[in-house]
Amino acid sequence: MLYAILCYNSEEIVYSWSQEEDDKVMADLDVVHQKLHAQGRLGPALRLLPTTAATSLHRDGGLITDGPFVETKEQLLGFYVVECKDLEEALETAKDLTKANPGSGGGYEIRPIRLFLPGGDVA
Amino acid sequence: MSDLAWIEQAITAARPQAIGALLRYFRDLDTAEEAFQNACLRALKSWPENGPPRDPAAWLILVGRNAAIDQVRRQARQTALPPEDLISDLDDVETPMADRLDGAHYRDDILRLLFICCHPDLPPTQQIAVALRIVSGLSVKQIACAFLVGESAMEQRITRAKARIARADVPFETPGPVERSERLGAVAAMVYLLFNEGYSAGGAEIAARGTLCEEAIRLARLLLRLFQAEPEIMGLTALLLLQHARAAARFDPAGEVILLEDQDRALWSARDIAEGLALIDKAMRHRRPGPYQVQAAIAALHARAARFEDTDWAQIDHLYATLEIMTPSTVITLNRAVAVSKVQGPQAALDMIEPLANRLGGYFHFFGAKGALLLKLGRSDEAREAFNQAIALASTPAQANHIRMHLDRLQQEGVRQPRL
Repeated sequence: MLYAILCYNSEEIVYSWSQEEDDKVMADLDVVHQKLHAQGRLGPALRLLPTTAATSLHRDGGLITDGPFVETKEQLLGFYVVECKDLEEALETAKDLTKANPGSGGGYEIRPIRLFLPGGDVA
Repeated sequence: MSDLAWIEQAITAARPQAIGALLRYFRDLDTAEEAFQNACLRALKSWPENGPPRDPAAWLILVGRNAAIDQVRRQARQTALPPEDLISDLDDVETPMADRLDGAHYRDDILRLLFICCHPDLPPTQQIAVALRIVSGLSVKQIACAFLVGESAMEQRITRAKARIARADVPFETPGPVERSERLGAVAAMVYLLFNEGYSAGGAEIAARGTLCEEAIRLARLLLRLFQAEPEIMGLTALLLLQHARAAARFDPAGEVILLEDQDRALWSARDIAEGLALIDKAMRHRRPGPYQVQAAIAALHARAARFEDTDWAQIDHLYATLEIMTPSTVITLNRAVAVSKVQGPQAALDMIEPLANRLGGYFHFFGAKGALLLKLGRSDEAREAFNQAIALASTPAQANHIRMHLDRLQQEGVRQPRL
């Protein structure tokens, strides 16, 4: 089963990190990324630019607005696509990520996903 | 990251909103700051035990407000107490109430807080110092360090500036659209100045003054979160990010300036550039151009050029021409001349800047640019004269050293040293 592991935290705080603090967190996370990659379980993983860089297209009347679609206290900062045999393993993976990126606030949301590939079958 | 480090970050992030709201309650900056300090002390005690609140800013506002009211009550036992609902114990208050109290106001609260720092009677450097102290929460020591002055001198400056602000009559009513946009303009200008304070540093000063650039970007992001649909705020943030992206490439290990054409572009921050380009792209969709957007667009053209030779100088010339119309300034014309020299040659650029001599007679960059153009035209004696004038006007050692490099090169080429 493929799971999306969505990373939420306060953008205000994360984007206040100095380059060194940011590099440190990314380096610690990379250890987990490498492990998942070595196990052949890591799909696309990405970090979103801040919500201030976002533009939203609303279905009603095709309205275009600046900013995220939904205003929240914590923002979706990025996500992983990971192959996990069940929720248990997905939670373990998210715990590994949490250990690499501790601190308070925010967290990971685990969502099973279906992958659509152009011209191909649905995974 | 330790708990304490996280708490510190959460408090710093919540600071503008919390102090802005407390200022609206108490209408006095000192009281608001003190209330915030009290709330922070309680947070340091309570958060590690009880876990962090869902909304740190709301928590700090309510706890700070109650602490201040308690204090007023203690100080004035004889006078009438404030209404009960204002002094109920809200130490562990839940978020919805805070949202009701502040959700509608916080944007104007933060804008007001930033705006009072931009009091027109205060010289720009003092506006910046006060904003760093009050809004960003930097210590006086950190600010003194960034401005390269002693701590006590900076303390005095900030105290005087705050006294000036306290006497100013800033309306606390919710501002109307015109007033809001005026405030936003003043605050954006202050953030831009703050960035330039840091950006113009060189050599040994970089470490101390680089903080100013980072704080400016932080404030620009804050403004952008509050005014997500303002193209000029997108432009300002993009501009700062695109300029800051080059930070690691702008100076050599000895602190000497490295010109754009000689910079190692691999050292530019891809992350800052990506965000800056995304923002200017978003801004231009609004079709409401302004000076920050145009400057960001110029910076974007530099950022997009993989090599210096790939720079789209014709487009940069065109953008500077637009900027000249929007905000006529001799300095902009001077910058435009660099683009003109690439597109039409050094003579055209020289013709463009020579009429500025009267007005830019005290400006380092004027003589630096003039010298460089004369050098390209092979007019060595005149170039040397311009470079010597530039050195006399240099405000940082890095600037002076950079010009000396040109002079040394001229000398090596065996040209006679003129008398000054």
